[in-house]
Amino acid sequence: MYNEKVVDHFNNPRNVGELADADAVGETGSFKCGDTMTLYLKVKDGIIEDVSFQTYGCGAAIASSSMLTEMVKGKTLEQALKISNQDVADELGGLPPLKLHCSNLAADALHNAIADYRSKYEAGKTG
Amino acid sequence: MSDRQVYMDHGATTPVREEVLEAMLPFLREQYGNPSSVHAKGRAVRSAVENAREKTALALGANTEEIYFTSGGTESNNIALRGAAKKQKKPGHIITSVVEHHAVLDVCRDLEKEGHRVTYLPVDSSGLLDPAAVEKAITPETFIISIMAANNEIGTLQPVGEIGAIAAGHNILFHTDAVQVTGQLPVDVKKLQVDLLSLSAHKFNGPKGVGALYRRKGVKIDPLYRGGGQERKLRPGTENVPGIIGLSRALELSVEEIPRKTKTLQSLRDRLIRGLLKIDDVVLNGHPEKRLPGNVNVSFKYIEGESILLGLDMQGIAASSGSACSSGSLDPSHVLSAIGLDHHTAHGSIRFTMGWGNSEADLDYVLDKVPGVVEKLRLISPMGKSV
Ligand SMILES: Cc1ncc(COP(=O)(O)O)c(C=O)c1O
Ligand SMILES: [Zn+2]
Repeated sequence: MYNEKVVDHFNNPRNVGELADADAVGETGSFKCGDTMTLYLKVKDGIIEDVSFQTYGCGAAIASSSMLTEMVKGKTLEQALKISNQDVADELGGLPPLKLHCSNLAADALHNAIADYRSKYEAGKTG
Repeated sequence: MSDRQVYMDHGATTPVREEVLEAMLPFLREQYGNPSSVHAKGRAVRSAVENAREKTALALGANTEEIYFTSGGTESNNIALRGAAKKQKKPGHIITSVVEHHAVLDVCRDLEKEGHRVTYLPVDSSGLLDPAAVEKAITPETFIISIMAANNEIGTLQPVGEIGAIAAGHNILFHTDAVQVTGQLPVDVKKLQVDLLSLSAHKFNGPKGVGALYRRKGVKIDPLYRGGGQERKLRPGTENVPGIIGLSRALELSVEEIPRKTKTLQSLRDRLIRGLLKIDDVVLNGHPEKRLPGNVNVSFKYIEGESILLGLDMQGIAASSGSACSSGSLDPSHVLSAIGLDHHTAHGSIRFTMGWGNSEADLDYVLDKVPGVVEKLRLISPMGKSV
């Protein structure tokens, strides 16, 4: 049901755990199936220096979380904001149609984390 | 991925036994006659089919002419419930439970659309139905009571004998979906006082796509199909001869082995339950004793069932889950909700169903692997305890 890349990310998830001294945290949950995800970011000069995740959910949710962390590392916040849930699923080489909604956590958690960062550190600048 | 394969999903389906395959093969080769044909080729097959019917009846304590072969549990349930409903001159009342298989529940929902009223009785936290509640639910319009003998997810055994007596006392038809229990525990249609009983061959090491309906003599239900009049018009269509032969052989073997097999499976089951409960934050779902001999259903807190299945699969272990993510419908199992599990606990449920071929060594392997799979997922989970 899952392709090799998904299984690899499930088996060897990248960047798991809580990030000590994270600059921002984003959470999201699926009301539909009950999966939840927390994403931690360390940002320096507008660039995502480090990232980690914790996910409660199925294989698709875990694999997309792991995939997302690989996709955003080294990206600017601007670039990261452009990543959609579809991009994550595509990067994984596709997910079974029924499981797509389970993977819809990852980009949402990222966007929430970036919003958290901006509210903490950029509010002063723009406001 | 893993060299070792341990199949613990016998509740989903079982492997066909060698003896069963052997019995079937001639009917896929030289014994190809149509049992309805007059010539020798047909007559030989007719005699084999009737012999299979006799064996099937014997295994259930029924009379030969009370057995009708079908395409499986789903069809048997449909013929029983829809057939009884069709016989009603005006919309009536059906009593069933909230934990039935979809092959009963969804038929009842359809019958509601056709004007019948259905009472879906609740169960307690172990999945047990109270027979007194069945009696209380009876109305003058009630024409059938349908209660499963054993639940396919949590294995809870219902007091079908008591319900049968109640139904008989009120002169109401009693149907039981005995798909999970047939071949696992003794089934005697007379003792249970059932009028209609469904069974399916692939749950007791027979082939898929074949089952039977027991209909007590004198019970009137209308057929759903019209055709060549086979199975005394209740289920017309040229018989699935190899399937029927396989069903009867598998049933004969599994019923014969019940005394020995039940003990073995119960001891494996109880050992697996004890072993799994040693892991932190694990709860048993279903009844501690009144459950199918090979059924274990537990919930692992803080993690989700489909991911556990995937982790187990990597270790070569086959099981199943009632989690929302593995259901296809994105709702957790209706059975786990019915026994009062919160979404989170239902989401972390895993069912191991043992059967013919499972050994103590399989159990050693599973008990060795499960803690690691669970631990790994809990380390990923935001709810898991960090080490
Ligand atoms: C309790 C119960 N009823 C009915 C069925 C359906 O049987 P079949 O697959 O033969 O249609 C099953 C099997 O999944 C079952 O467990
Ligand atoms: Zn999911």
